[in-house]
Amino acid sequence: MLKYIVRRLILLIPILFGLSIFIIVLVHALPGDPCSSILGEHTSPDRLAACRHGLGLDKPLYQQYFDYMAGVFRGDLGTSATNRVSVVTSFLTRFPATIELSLAAMVVAIGVGVPLGIAAAKRQGSVFDNFATVASLIGISIPIFFLGLLLAYVFGVWLHWLPTLGRVNLRIYDFSHAGTNFLLWESLVINHNIPEFIDVVSHLILPAIALGTIPLAVVARITRSAVLEVLNEDYVRTARAKGLTSGRIDRRHVLRNAMLPIATVIGLQTGLLLGGAVLTETIFSWGGVGSWLFQAAVDKDFVVIQSGTLILATIFVLVNLTVDISYAYLNPRIRYS
Amino acid sequence: MALPDMQSPSALQLGGPGDGAGTEDVEVALESLSQWQLAWRRFKLHRLAAVGLCIFGFMVLMAIFGPILDPYDPIFIPNAHVPGGDPPSLAHLFGTDDVGRDVFAMVVNGARISVTIGVFSMLIAGIVGVLVGAVAGYVGGLVDNVLMRIVDVFFAIPFLFVILVASRFFGQGQLIPLILIFGLLSWPLISRLVRAMFLSLREADFVEAARAVGVSDFRITFRHILPSALGPVIVAMTLIMASNIVLEAFVSFLGFGLTEDQTSWGNALSNAQTVLSQGNWWWAFFPGMAIALTVLAINFIGDGLRDALDPRSRL
Repeated sequence: MLKYIVRRLILLIPILFGLSIFIIVLVHALPGDPCSSILGEHTSPDRLAACRHGLGLDKPLYQQYFDYMAGVFRGDLGTSATNRVSVVTSFLTRFPATIELSLAAMVVAIGVGVPLGIAAAKRQGSVFDNFATVASLIGISIPIFFLGLLLAYVFGVWLHWLPTLGRVNLRIYDFSHAGTNFLLWESLVINHNIPEFIDVVSHLILPAIALGTIPLAVVARITRSAVLEVLNEDYVRTARAKGLTSGRIDRRHVLRNAMLPIATVIGLQTGLLLGGAVLTETIFSWGGVGSWLFQAAVDKDFVVIQSGTLILATIFVLVNLTVDISYAYLNPRIRYS
Repeated sequence: MALPDMQSPSALQLGGPGDGAGTEDVEVALESLSQWQLAWRRFKLHRLAAVGLCIFGFMVLMAIFGPILDPYDPIFIPNAHVPGGDPPSLAHLFGTDDVGRDVFAMVVNGARISVTIGVFSMLIAGIVGVLVGAVAGYVGGLVDNVLMRIVDVFFAIPFLFVILVASRFFGQGQLIPLILIFGLLSWPLISRLVRAMFLSLREADFVEAARAVGVSDFRITFRHILPSALGPVIVAMTLIMASNIVLEAFVSFLGFGLTEDQTSWGNALSNAQTVLSQGNWWWAFFPGMAIALTVLAINFIGDGLRDALDPRSRL
């Protein structure tokens, strides 16, 4: 098992190298550079050249690549050209916001998707099953940004039930001195402030639903088909013949065996959430990694785009590795070597 | 067991890594036309697919003929009667935007762009994906290794983000570059699928027989193996079409896609977002519904195709 993990981690290296080359070529092939964004359109060629020299943009591309990678190996992922904050610092302050949002979205997706899929599978062919199938196809088809706008309009603008902007009501609560940017944790565990916690949760609901809908639909579909497959297995019939209670059959026999494809999909979807987070975060003004990278793309902030993409890709690959490893625990028949 | 990633139907699946199709799951025998006729029969019985085909057909017709028949010019700016736009009325079925442009005209003209992008980027992704996958799977060895590592890199890329950057700066707000970008970034899924099937099919008896008779590699690849592998590829291509239509709307929505003067659904949504808080929902609602309906229709069709072409798959 350990050998397998090590081999997968080693395989990660060429992938990340390839990715770093791809990204740096892509970014530098773009017309314009951070200097034109920082200095604006009305600037002298001298100042532009000085700025480019200061950022090392006048060197040949391979030289820039080696300089950048040398920094990466020293643990220095560079500094933003626009606000001179190091990429690692910005990432660490913003990533908790994205983690909170993604976790909440996965709670929505798993909490609703798995029971929905099981219920549909147990009533295969019924009206409820057909309804769930169509509903999950609709859930997959609605673009996140449209769903986000719809939710914001209905529950925010129209009904005034839930806030639609930001992570917390900044007029009342101040988290600027909090130790971490995990607001749920800070408000509940550190501050013991229940109204504050409720405010944070209420800000979280709409973005989490918007981000969680596609994974929800996918998880529900996979759960349904996985459970259906297991329900037809001989050992389930045997268990039923032995007179086990249906609850016990569901938990010990059906769900445990159906868990493998469900876990795969959950893992894959968790990785994909990072992409969807860009949209959700821009719509709901959520100060996470997505809106940070979006702003970097607007500013052509090369270093942030490069490092941010590399970090996200690494996380994505690691999440998938974790999923693969978790198979071995979910299904003892799988042995990695 | 089939790997779930191929079969998970999400329209936004393309960023995910996976191992392609479960090879043993693929229906192998397609010796004669009757297999396709069988598939067509199964497809026709699929009610959702029929609904999807109707909706998508309607969208295509709207894309072709709509702009000719529609009385309003989506770009022409009359004077708005109400600040922030008129609500839906008989004159303007879907209302107007803040400067009085007809939203219905936007939806109709946007269909043209979305359908064009969806169809052509799907074809590009299909052709590139099949070629790469066929070469990797049939030749094998070093070529296979190199090609698949490239595919790995593509799968590790934060897809939505790269497509955002690429469309803004290479797309230049024009349609054809955007189609190329979407097509050239979405082929890896198909190439993995094709490769997996080639790996198993090239050892199949009928291929060996063909080789023994002296059939050329080119002919074996395209005449003998590819038709057997085509079913799942077609299903994957429908998913790619749906996801690329959403992607166009996505990049245009964030202001990184088509220029403002082109009426795409994403542009309409993006402009409408700013005034949504004033309560004029129609400007965002109808273009958004158009995207959702089109994608839904394609997913319905994909579902039907999956049942028809890949009857043993679990979804």
